[in-house]
Amino acid sequence: MTVLDCASPAFGVYCHIPFCTHRCDYCAFATWTDRNHLIGDYMASCRRQARELAGGMPPVTSVFFGGGTPNLVPPSLLGDVLAELPLARGAEITVECNPDLVTPEQMQAYRALGVNRISLGVQSAVPHVLDVLGRRHDPQMVTASVDAVRRAGIGQLNLDLIYGTPTESLADWQRTLVEAIDLGPDHLSVYGLTPEPGTPLGDDPSRRPDDDEMADKYLIADELLSRVGYEIYEISNWARPGAQCRHNLLYWQQGSYAGIGCAAHSHRGGRRFWSVRTPERFIAAISAGTSPMAGSEELEPDERRVEALQLALRTSVGVPADALPDDVEHLLEPAAGGRLKLTARGRLLANEVAVRLGLPSEQ
Amino acid sequence: MLSVSKPTPQGTVRPAMPHVPPAAAIPIGGAGTGSIRNFSIIAHIDHGKSTLSDRILELTGAVEERSMRAQYLDSMELERERGITIKAQNVRVSWRGHTLHLIDTPGHVDFGYEVSRSLAACEGVVLLVDAAQGIEAQTLANCYLALESDLTIVPVLNKIDLPAAEPDLYASEIERVLGIDSGEVLAISAKTGEGVEALLDAIIERIPPPGGDPHAPLQALIFDSHFDQYRGVVSSVRVVNGRLCAGDRLRFMHAGGLHLSEEVGLRLPAVTPTDALGPGEVGYLIAGIKDVAEARSGETVTSAAAPADAPLAGYDDPKPMVFCGLYPVDGDEYPDLRDALAKLRLNDASVTFEPETSGALGFGFRCGFLGLLHMEIVRERLEREFGLSLIATAPSVAYRVRTDDDQELEVDNPSDLPAAGQIAEIAEPMLTVSVLTPSSYTGAVMDLCQSRRGSMTSMDYLSPERVELRYELPLAEVVTDFFDQLKSRTQGYASLDYDHAGYRAERLVRVDILLNGEPVDAFSAVRHRDGAYPYGKAITAKLAELIPRQLFDVPIQAAIGGRIIARETVKAKRKDVLSKCYGGDITRKRKLLERQKEGKKRMKAIGRVEVPNEAFVSALRLDQ
Ligand SMILES: Nc1nc2c(ncn2[C@@H]2O[C@H](COP(=O)(O)OP(=O)(O)OP(=O)(O)O)[C@@H](O)[C@H]2O)c(=O)[nH]1
Ligand SMILES: C[S@@+](CC[C@H](N)C(=O)[O-])C[C@H]1O[C@@H](n2cnc3c(N)ncnc32)[C@H](O)[C@@H]1O
Ligand code: SF4
Ligand SMILES: [Mg+2]
Repeated sequence: MTVLDCASPAFGVYCHIPFCTHRCDYCAFATWTDRNHLIGDYMASCRRQARELAGGMPPVTSVFFGGGTPNLVPPSLLGDVLAELPLARGAEITVECNPDLVTPEQMQAYRALGVNRISLGVQSAVPHVLDVLGRRHDPQMVTASVDAVRRAGIGQLNLDLIYGTPTESLADWQRTLVEAIDLGPDHLSVYGLTPEPGTPLGDDPSRRPDDDEMADKYLIADELLSRVGYEIYEISNWARPGAQCRHNLLYWQQGSYAGIGCAAHSHRGGRRFWSVRTPERFIAAISAGTSPMAGSEELEPDERRVEALQLALRTSVGVPADALPDDVEHLLEPAAGGRLKLTARGRLLANEVAVRLGLPSEQ
Repeated sequence: MLSVSKPTPQGTVRPAMPHVPPAAAIPIGGAGTGSIRNFSIIAHIDHGKSTLSDRILELTGAVEERSMRAQYLDSMELERERGITIKAQNVRVSWRGHTLHLIDTPGHVDFGYEVSRSLAACEGVVLLVDAAQGIEAQTLANCYLALESDLTIVPVLNKIDLPAAEPDLYASEIERVLGIDSGEVLAISAKTGEGVEALLDAIIERIPPPGGDPHAPLQALIFDSHFDQYRGVVSSVRVVNGRLCAGDRLRFMHAGGLHLSEEVGLRLPAVTPTDALGPGEVGYLIAGIKDVAEARSGETVTSAAAPADAPLAGYDDPKPMVFCGLYPVDGDEYPDLRDALAKLRLNDASVTFEPETSGALGFGFRCGFLGLLHMEIVRERLEREFGLSLIATAPSVAYRVRTDDDQELEVDNPSDLPAAGQIAEIAEPMLTVSVLTPSSYTGAVMDLCQSRRGSMTSMDYLSPERVELRYELPLAEVVTDFFDQLKSRTQGYASLDYDHAGYRAERLVRVDILLNGEPVDAFSAVRHRDGAYPYGKAITAKLAELIPRQLFDVPIQAAIGGRIIARETVKAKRKDVLSKCYGGDITRKRKLLERQKEGKKRMKAIGRVEVPNEAFVSALRLDQ
């Protein structure tokens, strides 16, 4: 787990793109399908915010354009934001993409901007599952997108998968995994479908995923992915050795990052803060020269230590053995440095374990 | 049959009193009782007693219009929230040269003792009947109480403003059922005020003034006491003979205490100190007492220097009927709960409590209540007024047990019941229950009573449309959800009254519940043998629903003695994880975990099993 221990002072930038062509049935993200006319103003505001923040930033080791659908906006506008940032040499630069909008030209343009990692929202390889999720792409688009990424010479590829969709059988899920593996990604993010209140899926009890089935599917993924050489480094993230997402790791290492755009989260100097939720309010704040911050939080030192443990518990780094009581022993296994990490079954019960975390007594 | 045995006292016509200006604040102080009228307003719940009191306060100018609010005398927060009267309230007003002491009483059956007490301070009652509902169970019960105390009854139909009102129909019902001449029945609307002046006049005309001798030794009856944190115990008193003066040394004849009368006064309704109260007068007394036990209702106060020969006829505190264990969710709050109960009891002597230990719940108190509503209210007051968070065990009744070695025990906690092998006989408290229902629901009511082990003693038609059913029912069957069931099966039309009817030996068994193999005393219940198996099945199923999945399988079993009669399993939880991190939003994740941690605090750890507090209440409210 050398990458997790990577000593270089990492600093990330997350840029939020709150636009989509269509809203999926499970999605509660800050994104809109009827505001594409704001794209120009919005991206200009992001650029301005990036410029204002750049002076106070250490070298940026990772940039993540997330959404929403970042590949809905012209690549040059992402480039404008990038251009403002003090990028470290070899910085990881990711763009989250929807397969139905990927084109070879788009990927070439990204490559020219220095983008070296693409994250594709695949979710499932099975058409009826994609239907229930309210997705608009079909499996061929995924193959074509992967092709475009490769031809453009973008080195790192992640696929996002969702398990636990109602009507998805165990066989469907296996098929999704196998087909995803066949595409040869460097990294896989595998998420259990989360019923978010306010979404069509979340509000319909008959479409709730079943916990036991979810557990079975997670264990299938864990088994299959490790068998073909992916290593799990966080509850939902698997990577080929050396291909962990540096930006993602920052989150779990309680690292520092700056958020750009609306609904973006920052963590700097021990303080967490986040910006206004809508693109309109963000544009208004930036053009008025006021802070787009909507809220913030600063934890007491002890709370911060507990938070660090909670985050580390999600990763293969694990936590010190004395941070946990005996009743969850059966969910843990040894990790490096005498620490304990969650077993596959333990990862499925991570919340139950996390609420039992206490600060190890000082010796 | 139902018509009352005693002839109704007729309102005798007295010569009109000389007209004196209204002077509520002027104490009579023993000058003569002819201008005094003392009465209680009694009725079935919600028939409009407190609303009528409002109109009387307004008409007599006791409360200014701008400070008026609906149900003015219902001053407790809980009363206002629930829209019911819990404690009787007395107030003194004046009307056409007369002094009226009126007592607004509660209508709910749990608080029937408040009515009895209030009547002891009166010569008459205003019996209100909702003109759209007619006579209901507590109309009868309260009317009988008034007759037993030989009080003059002024019958009144209320709510005549309602389109559904049928005053003629119900006036004849009153005549037929209560034996009161329908020509005496007044018709009013407490809402609009229509007829209320005439009612006040009728009160003066029909209710006799109190008797009493101002020169005889003092005898004053305490009919209510409450604790005020600044003044100590404040008692409501009715002077029968002699004069109760501020500054006198007093003897409390039952408790035997000697106290100094610090202040006597009137409720107008604002508390107004005065020098003295004379015969027939109602007011309050403050005598430096810190414990209501020393100034119980029913106590007779006399003068220490020249005491009366004998106390007035008193009455006993009502006996608790329903018991439950109250436990702090957080064990550290045990001393706070003890203090809170002690303080609450200062205002409500009908609550009893004794320390109790539960294997499952730790240290708490076994508390006794007058009924389910009373239990619910006390619990709510403890939580609200004292900031406690409590677990209440299932309501139970007090069983009488004779053991093999011929000991007699009274057991109000199922888990204290001796082992089945040691019980020679077990008897449970019985009630005579009277249900008034539209005749179309007779079948539904009979079904319910039969399913609760009831036996019918009589059935009388009050009219072709209305029936009174009388049953003998085990109290234990009534304190579960009998009232809710009765209401739902009759669409709210039936009403219920009950009285104690001694004990009856029955084939009762204790059903124990085991969680993860360990018996949980708080869930033990006593059931009739025939009902034990379905009960065991129902409660294990209900608990399986209420207990969340844990990190291991949790078997839930019901057992009689050592024999398992039902079993369910809550399968181990397999998934509880937040899959995704939303663009670096760690705060949201942390807060979710915090909420989960908070949720655990609302659970009680029983052995290794975390049981939500609601489980203790809901599991035992089984719909049977
Ligand atoms: N329409 C109409 N409604 C009335 C009248 N009198 C009372 N009410 C309503 O009946 C309901 C019950 O009135 P209360 O005065 O609280 O009844 P109560 O007899 O004091 O009730 P408890 O103290 O709980 O036994 C309230 O909603 C009143 O507004 C009336 O004359 N006409
Ligand atoms: C922020 S979304 C945006 C990505 C892109 N717009 C797309 O849909 O492909 C990133 C990923 O979060 C996951 N996701 C979003 N909502 C989810 C939910 N309710 N439950 C589980 N995973 C979810 C999906 O796998 C999605 O690809
Ligand atoms: S899942 Fe992706 S494409 Fe679908 S609505 Fe959410 S952000 Fe947009
Ligand atoms: Mg009332």
